[in-house]
Amino acid sequence: MNILILGAGRVGESVAESLVSENNNITIVDTDPSRLQELQARLDLRVVVGNGIQPSVLEQAGAADADMLIACAANDETNLVACKVAHERFNLPRTIARMRSPEFVENDPLISRDSGFGVDHIVCPEQIVTDYIEKLIDYPEALQVLEFAGGMLNLIAVRAIEGSPLVKHRLGEIPSLVPACELRVVAIFRNESVLLDLDGDSTIEHGDEVFVLAASKDSHDVLVAMHNTSDPVRKLVIAGGGNVGLRLARSIANNHRLKMIEPRKPRCEYLASQLPSQVLILQGDATDARLLEEERVNETDMFLALTNDDETNIMSALLAKQMGAAKVLAIVNRKAYADLVQGTQIDVALSPAHAAIGSFLTYVRRGNVVAVHSLRRGTAEALEGIVLGDRKSSRMAQRRVDQIKLPKGASIGAIVRKQASDPEDADQGNAVQVLMPHHDTVIEAGDHVVIFVSNKKDIYLVEKLFQVEASYL
Amino acid sequence: MKAITLTFWPCSAVLTVLGGVLVMFAMTLSIPLIFALIFQETTIELFLQSIAICAATGMALIALFRGSKKEMIPRDGFMLVVLVWGVLPAFGGLPLMLHIEGLSFTDAYFESVSALTTTGATVIEGLDHLPISINVWRHFMVLLGGMGILVLTVAILPILGVGGSQIYKAETPGPMKEEKLTPRISETARGLWLVYFAISLACWLGYWAAGMSWWDGFMHMCSTMGLGGFSAYDASFAYFDSPAIEIVAIIFMTLAGVNFALYFIAWRNRSARVIWTNLEARSYFYLMLASVLGISVFLYVKGVYDDPLTALRYAAFNVVSIATTTGYASTDYAQWPIFAPIYMLLLCGIATCAGSTGGGIKMIRLILILKQARNELIRIVHPRAVVPVKFGRSIIEPAVLQSILGFLVVYLLAICLGTLVLLFTGLDPVTAFTAVIASINNTGPGLGEVGPAGNYKGLSDLQTWVCSSLMLLGRLELMSVLVLFVPHFWRH
Repeated sequence: MNILILGAGRVGESVAESLVSENNNITIVDTDPSRLQELQARLDLRVVVGNGIQPSVLEQAGAADADMLIACAANDETNLVACKVAHERFNLPRTIARMRSPEFVENDPLISRDSGFGVDHIVCPEQIVTDYIEKLIDYPEALQVLEFAGGMLNLIAVRAIEGSPLVKHRLGEIPSLVPACELRVVAIFRNESVLLDLDGDSTIEHGDEVFVLAASKDSHDVLVAMHNTSDPVRKLVIAGGGNVGLRLARSIANNHRLKMIEPRKPRCEYLASQLPSQVLILQGDATDARLLEEERVNETDMFLALTNDDETNIMSALLAKQMGAAKVLAIVNRKAYADLVQGTQIDVALSPAHAAIGSFLTYVRRGNVVAVHSLRRGTAEALEGIVLGDRKSSRMAQRRVDQIKLPKGASIGAIVRKQASDPEDADQGNAVQVLMPHHDTVIEAGDHVVIFVSNKKDIYLVEKLFQVEASYL
Repeated sequence: MKAITLTFWPCSAVLTVLGGVLVMFAMTLSIPLIFALIFQETTIELFLQSIAICAATGMALIALFRGSKKEMIPRDGFMLVVLVWGVLPAFGGLPLMLHIEGLSFTDAYFESVSALTTTGATVIEGLDHLPISINVWRHFMVLLGGMGILVLTVAILPILGVGGSQIYKAETPGPMKEEKLTPRISETARGLWLVYFAISLACWLGYWAAGMSWWDGFMHMCSTMGLGGFSAYDASFAYFDSPAIEIVAIIFMTLAGVNFALYFIAWRNRSARVIWTNLEARSYFYLMLASVLGISVFLYVKGVYDDPLTALRYAAFNVVSIATTTGYASTDYAQWPIFAPIYMLLLCGIATCAGSTGGGIKMIRLILILKQARNELIRIVHPRAVVPVKFGRSIIEPAVLQSILGFLVVYLLAICLGTLVLLFTGLDPVTAFTAVIASINNTGPGLGEVGPAGNYKGLSDLQTWVCSSLMLLGRLELMSVLVLFVPHFWRH
C-alpha cells in the first residue's frame, strides 16, 4: 500500500516504523529536514520536506497515487486542512487524522467527506493512553487490559504470581479450577520469549507474562486467579499535568482521591480551573523527594508519572516506589529506556506512541479487521476481524477451528457470535454470545474472531484469513 | 443674544448628563400624575409643579454645559453616580413636601432616599390616609431605584457611549462586573430592564389575582420587585392578613433577590438551567429555605405559635422579607424571642445575590471569602498546593478577592462608625445598631424604636441624615461613594 504520513513527531515515527516493516511504501512529510534525515537513515521510506497542507507538497509526496493519508501532525488544524486538501485535490481514498480536541468526532458532518474536512477516521492518541491507564486503575493487578467486541471481551496481560490459584498448574486443569468463569490463555511469555505450541499440558509458572481472553464481566476473577487480589485503587498521585494527566484526572476525579504535581504555575492554575476542587494541585517537581514525602506518597495506591520527560518519569516513579507507593506507572517514550526499565521497580512502562498505534493499524489492515491492538512493544498483535463469505470464498467460514491454517504462535482466542434470532423473545434479538473455541468449534459467517499473533511477521497471513476471495477454492 | 455656556468646568460633561437624568426623572413623575387624574385627587397640581421644577432644573443644566467638548472619562462615572443619587432624592421628595404639611426637608429627603435605595424605612405616619397618587410615587421610586436609575439612563440614552459602561459598573451591585451580557452596554441595560419589567408585570397580576385592588397591587408590586418594603398601610402586610397575598409576595421577593442577569441569560437560552446551576443563586435558595424552616421550628418549639402551620406562615413571610432586604412585616416579629429577629437582620446582610435589587454584602462575596478561608486552611496542610478560588469553572483573580476584603473592612467600619454616631446622639443601643444595619443593607425596619411596629419618625435630624447617608453608601456599595473622598481622585 502507498501510505502518506504527515508529521514526523513521536506518533508519526512510530506509525511509520510499524508500517514499513509490513512492506508498505511510506512517504513522510514534515517541515523539519533534520528530523526527516534521521528517519530516512534508519527506516526504508521516502521523505519530503515542506508544509503538508500545501497541494504542491502533497503532490510531490505522491498524493495522487497514495492509498491512504495519515495526518498526525501536532496541530489539529494542520491535520484537518491536509485531509481536506487530499480529499478535494487528489481524491485520496482514505484519510486518518490525529485530533487532540475532543470536539471533533467521527461521522460528524463537520468532518465528513461530503460536507466537511474529508476525514474518514479520527485517532486521538492522548485519549487512547488515558483509556489505557484508566483500565489499569480499574484492574490494578493487570499489566494491560484491551477491549474487543465493543467492550464485551477483554484481553488481559497479567504477571503470574506464585500462590495464586492457577500458577503451577497445567492449562488443561483450568476449567476445573475456576469453573465460574470461562477464560482462554492465548499466549505465555517466559523470560521475554513466547512459548510456542501451547496445549493442555503447558504450565503457568511464577513470573510468566500471561495473555488471557475472557468476557469483560469475568476480568476480575481472571486476575485474581493469576495474581491474587490487590486492594482497589483509591488514592492516586499524578505527576505531570499535561494533556494525558488532565484527561485522566477529569475522568477519575469523582471516585478517586487525586493529587497532581505540576511544576509550571500557570498550568497549575489552568488545571485548578478545569478540575473539580477535590483534586489537589501541587506546584513542584515530581522528582523532589521532600515534596513526595510531604504529600505522603508512601500511602498512595498508585503513582502515575505522566510528564513529557522520560527521565523525570522514570526517576520519580522509582522514587515513589522506593518510598512505598503500591504500584507505579511511568510514560516512557524512548524505546531504549523502555527496555532499560523492563523488570525494574517500575510496574508498568507505557509508550504513548505505541499504545496508539493499534488504532492506526486498524485502518491499515486488509480484510474485515475491526480492532487491532499492538502488544509487547510491537512484537505481537491481537486483532479482531469479521468472517465473511462461505467455505468457497473464505479460509475460515464454515470450517472447524482445527481445519484453519494458522501461522506458528498464532491462536484463535475467542469468537463473538450474534445470537440466532429467536422469535419467542424478540427483545433479545441483538444479544451476542462469547464463545471460547475448542478444536471442533465451527466458525460461521458473521462471527467476530479474535486472533492473537505472537510474531508480527505473520500478520499478513492472518489478514488473508479474513479476506474474501472469489478465486479461492 | 448668545447663551452663556460654562464649558470650562472640569466636570461639565457630568453635569450635562445629570441634566438629562433630571429631565427623565421628571417624566417618571407622570406616573403618579396619571393616578391622580384617574382618582380625581387634589394632588394633580402639586405633581405638575414638581414636574416643572425638576424638568426646568434639568434643562438649565443641559443648556449651561451643553457645549462641552470634553468626553466623559471613566472616573467621571463615579462622580456622576454619586451626584445623581445625592441630588435625585431632593427632587423625589418634592411632591411629599408639597402635600404633607410640616414634613421637613430632612424627612422628605430621607423618605425619598429610602425609596430610591429600596430601603423602605419611612418617617411618615398615617400612610392609610395619604392620597393614592402620593403613595404611588413613594412606591414607584422603589421600582426605579431597584434596577438603577443610571442603568435605565444608559438603556435609554445612547449618547453616554463608552462612559456608560463605567456608570453601569458604578451603580450595579456585585464584585465582578467585567462580564457583559451583550456586546453593547446599552443593550445589556435594556435587556435587564425588560426582564425586570416582565417579572414585575407578573407580580402585579399575581397580587391582583390574590385579591388586592389593582392600585394596591401596582404599589406593592413596585416595592416587592425593588425589594424596598414600602407599604400603602401602616400595618404593612398585616393589613391584608391574607395567606394568598403573602405567598405571592414570598415568591416574588425571592425571585427579585436573584441576579437579574441570570433571568436574562435564561430567557435568551430558553432554559432555566442557568439559574439552578449558578452557585450563588443555589446557595441563596438553600439559605432561604433552611432559614425559613429553622425559624418556623424555633417559633413552634418556643411556643410563640401553637400550630406548626401558623408558625410556618409567619416565619416564611417575615424571614423572606427581611433576608431579601425588603422589610415588609405581617406581624410584629420584634416580639419573637430575640434570636429570631437578630438572625433575620444578620441574614439581610449576606443573603441576596449580586445584580439583584437587594442590598447587603451579597451572597457571592460571602461565598468567595469563605472559599478563600477554606483555601488558606488547605495551604497550611499542603504548603505547595495551588488552590485558586473558583467560581464555577473560572478562577477568581486575587485582585477581585482583595477588593472584596477591602469592601468588607469598609463595610464593617461603616457599621461601627454609624452605630457610634447614633449612640453619641443619644439613641439606645438596640435601636442604634439595628437602624445602622437596616439602613446600610437597605432593609428598612430594625428593632427597638425603629422596629416593625415603629418607624424612623422619632429620630432627630442628625440621626436621620446619618441613616440617609448609610442607605446611599449601602446602595452604591460604599466604594463608588468613598472614592470621591480620596485625594488621588481629584488630582490631574
